[in-house]
Amino acid sequence: MIEVLRTGAMNSVQDLGRFGLRHLGIGQSGALDPVAMRQGNLILGNAENDAVLEVGIGPIHLLFHAPCNAVLTGVDFAATLRSESDANAEPLQQVLPGYPVHIAAGSTLSLLRPARAGAKAYLAVAGGIDVPIVLGSRSTDLNNHFGGLLGRALQTGDYIPISKNALSNITLNASVRSLAPSHVLRALPGPDYDLFSTESHAQFWMQPWRISHQSNRMGMRLKGKQLQLREAANLLSAGVLPGDVQVPADGLPIVLANDAQTIGGYPRIASVIQADLWQLAHLSPNTSVYFQPVSHTIAVQAKARQTHYFERLADLLQQDRRSH
Amino acid sequence: MSIEKVGQPQDVRVSYIGEDAILFIFTPATSLFAPLATQQRIWQLFSWLDAQRESLDLQEIVPGMGNLLLRTSHKTLLNKLQDLVLTRWPQLDGKDDHGRVIEIPVHYGASEGPDIELVTEHCELNVAQVIERHCQSTYQVYCLGFQPGFAYLGGLDESLYIPRRETPRLAIPAGSVALAGSQTAIYPSASPGGWHIIGRTEVPLFTPSQSPITLLQIGDTVRFVPIGSAS
Repeated sequence: MIEVLRTGAMNSVQDLGRFGLRHLGIGQSGALDPVAMRQGNLILGNAENDAVLEVGIGPIHLLFHAPCNAVLTGVDFAATLRSESDANAEPLQQVLPGYPVHIAAGSTLSLLRPARAGAKAYLAVAGGIDVPIVLGSRSTDLNNHFGGLLGRALQTGDYIPISKNALSNITLNASVRSLAPSHVLRALPGPDYDLFSTESHAQFWMQPWRISHQSNRMGMRLKGKQLQLREAANLLSAGVLPGDVQVPADGLPIVLANDAQTIGGYPRIASVIQADLWQLAHLSPNTSVYFQPVSHTIAVQAKARQTHYFERLADLLQQDRRSH
Repeated sequence: MSIEKVGQPQDVRVSYIGEDAILFIFTPATSLFAPLATQQRIWQLFSWLDAQRESLDLQEIVPGMGNLLLRTSHKTLLNKLQDLVLTRWPQLDGKDDHGRVIEIPVHYGASEGPDIELVTEHCELNVAQVIERHCQSTYQVYCLGFQPGFAYLGGLDESLYIPRRETPRLAIPAGSVALAGSQTAIYPSASPGGWHIIGRTEVPLFTPSQSPITLLQIGDTVRFVPIGSAS
């Protein structure tokens, strides 16, 4: 068990998400940065889809009642580990992203603040966070209050169940490197691209888009020069997916994220490619992003490259484990 | 390059979305509403594809209003799916038995339906007439979305059409029965929204721990039944 001594808002249990239920209105949820989440699981020898803690707002103080191996990935969160019952450990140890640590029973892990505002860190524990699977996933659906821990974000006083295999055999000297967002989101033209004016096409691809404070797990809201349709659009509601860039009547794009609703009626100017969606977890308010047009082939290749990276990482870690 | 307009058959419009999704639009570009006959064929198409989810490697099959979105898990080529659907579409007659009729008991008016007076003013009906017209129609579940178990219902009596509230409410309570535009709906969970609340039902519409997960399924017929109307 991990006891939550204190937490910021909206920190939650997530895995890779919930799939195959959008026709019932059930969205994806899941870690906003699946790359960091998978890195954490792989380095601990977990299954890639094991549940982790997504942390966006600190400080969060976690008291470990049982020993476990764990790793933080994603953004550096100025984390420290205070080992009170382990006489051999340093009293206060820094915990850097990508480096697994052994956490003795009675220790407190503190995540203070992200190096970049709004960016996410992920805490993976060996064996995974052991909440029930609801509709095929351990992810918290924060809008609809199911999955994860009690269907909601963490609260002070919560106990997070962890696997009984939390001390599985890992090598604590391996590490993974966190990716930093490039602020360039590669994208494909969307189904309603032709409804926008030529000028708006140019604006969409050329101008820097400022990230609004109103961005959240449902969508990244952008500010800039408003986009315009050639004429009033009349779209019937249709299925939408994370990554779709929809443009409501105010002309300001929203990049749909993991918690977006399943059906929408706004024109879609583009879709961010899947290999770049992890960046949505890390873009700070008031920083800018650009959209870069790419071909379908490039998008598919980028995703294949990401898959290949994880296969290679899994292999390397496997070899590393064998050699110890 | 992601957009391919296909002239045949019958002017189905096809768009590729992202790397691995494809949207079929079965209504003309100028349609304001999906005709029931078209939607019935979409339900048939959904069932047919749903039965082949694994063999076709379909991750999501999402019916919308007059359209259908498919997402593959990458292994199936989008062209193949496109051919399959465009070949199947003309063979569908929409005549499957979508026979479930679900009755939804509703407390109309009073604190359960705080906007019913506004509706009477706008529609120039009295409270009893609003309830009667809302209950005498039968509604079809065109599709589900927005929230888990939230049904897009077709079949509202035209005399109950009403524009959305100018100022959306911060919270529409779970179970609210509401009107906006040409639609009526039941909110499975609390949500902000600009719809007019005319009543409330106790019937749970989304229960993640039960089967079926959502009370309403595409193709179902819905009827509202007034209970202990507070008006």
